[in-house]
Amino acid sequence: MATVSVCQYQPRGFSFENCKRNALLEADSTKFGFNAPAARKTGTTICGIVFKDGVVLGADTRATEGMVVADKNCSKIHYISPNIYCCGAGTAADTEMTTQIISSNLELHSLTTSRLPRVATANRMLKQMLFRYQGYIGAALVLGGVDCTGPHLYSIYPHGSTDKLPYVTMGSGSLAAMAVFEDRFKPDMEEEEAKSLVRDAIAAGIFNDLGSGSNIDLCVITKGKVDYLRPHDVANNKGVRTGSYRYKRGTTGVLTKTVTPLNLEVVEESIQTMDTS
Amino acid sequence: MQGSISDHGTSKGLKMGTTIIAIEFDGGVVLGSDSRVSAGASVVNRVMNKLSPLHDKIYCALSGSAADAQTIAEIVNYQLDVHSVEVGEDPLVRSAATLVKNISYKYKEELSAHLIVGGWDKKEGGQVFATLNGLITRQPFAVGGSGSSYIYGFVDAEYRRRMTRQECQEFVINSLTLAMNRDGSSGGVAYLVTIDSEGVEEKCVLGNELPRFYDRDVVEPAKTEKV
Repeated sequence: MATVSVCQYQPRGFSFENCKRNALLEADSTKFGFNAPAARKTGTTICGIVFKDGVVLGADTRATEGMVVADKNCSKIHYISPNIYCCGAGTAADTEMTTQIISSNLELHSLTTSRLPRVATANRMLKQMLFRYQGYIGAALVLGGVDCTGPHLYSIYPHGSTDKLPYVTMGSGSLAAMAVFEDRFKPDMEEEEAKSLVRDAIAAGIFNDLGSGSNIDLCVITKGKVDYLRPHDVANNKGVRTGSYRYKRGTTGVLTKTVTPLNLEVVEESIQTMDTS
Repeated sequence: MQGSISDHGTSKGLKMGTTIIAIEFDGGVVLGSDSRVSAGASVVNRVMNKLSPLHDKIYCALSGSAADAQTIAEIVNYQLDVHSVEVGEDPLVRSAATLVKNISYKYKEELSAHLIVGGWDKKEGGQVFATLNGLITRQPFAVGGSGSSYIYGFVDAEYRRRMTRQECQEFVINSLTLAMNRDGSSGGVAYLVTIDSEGVEEKCVLGNELPRFYDRDVVEPAKTEKV
């Protein structure tokens, strides 16, 4: 007996079906009196550097939604594989999901090949995916890691082009960070020197770019070891309040006090666990 | 055709506003490029090598949109690998150029990149092919990229037939220098690749080693007289 299943053919690539509807909605939005929600961007400073034994990746921690800071301490350095990490600038959702997809595919690839994945492989996967979506996925990435061929650092742009360089910066604060790098970068630096340079570059972005702020996260990747330093440097401490608005007990005078007990029976008790991960 | 896809050229990400040039000589080719990749007014990579290998003795020079050009070069590199295994020997330069042309032509509305293919094979020796907009044409030399507009006069006047390998390399370096001096989107260092029957020679000429041409604002160091 044959079963008939109706399978709808899923066309590959971006689905443009809703674009016309969205355009009409946006045009009519003023009639209804609301604006379309802005995508949350990480106006950002991210950077990476190759030093003697590996790579150092750095990022700020501010996520903005228009002109408002949506997240004061978001994590922009994403895990790709045990030896490869990726900083993301651009649309927060895009960087998050893109790195998770490639991390998952890379793990399968690594299990198939029985080898630690290479940075060049992650780079290829990311650039081919971003090119397929022709820049509509707004993810600008700094990919770094150490594999069997040594330390590598790539910058990947939303349209799918990549550059392999000893030091890279991305995001709205990239110019400020690049100024620091161009001044003080030397090949084959020691780890402490490299960490200090990346910290200074991110700090330049934090203090000179409105889209970047809060703390500095670092990720130091060497052969066999990863130091995920979050936060490495709390550059912006929240100010301490000098006065207290709490009023002492007795400030407001009590005129009368009435206590009415409510006799309630417990009918049913149920427990729902909350996912707080 | 009803209407072409508009608005595709406006924000195509990173542009390699570029100068690329390729010239053949008896026994090989010389390819040259600058090294600047810009995003708007900002230079995002000042040392990009735009001469990308398609096969052992076939290189291509990239210009236009960085993502499109890199992707075409990588796809053709893969296709040539497969092709050379199928035929059992090194591929012809014309085959490489044809593969580039096929992609450039089929997706000409969506892509905005121009690749110049140059290489050496044992059938025809050194060859240079231009693949602009999806055509394929063999030329003694080809220039491309935004900086090429500034040197058409120079290359037309200076080109002579049957130049030697050394003269071709100087021709390429001079052309790149002049274009980089005048075009804002070209600059950095000059990369040179010379391909002949023996192999491939890659060279990088730093900014301060490039030839100097007449520049009104350059002050010659004063020759002081010593007693």
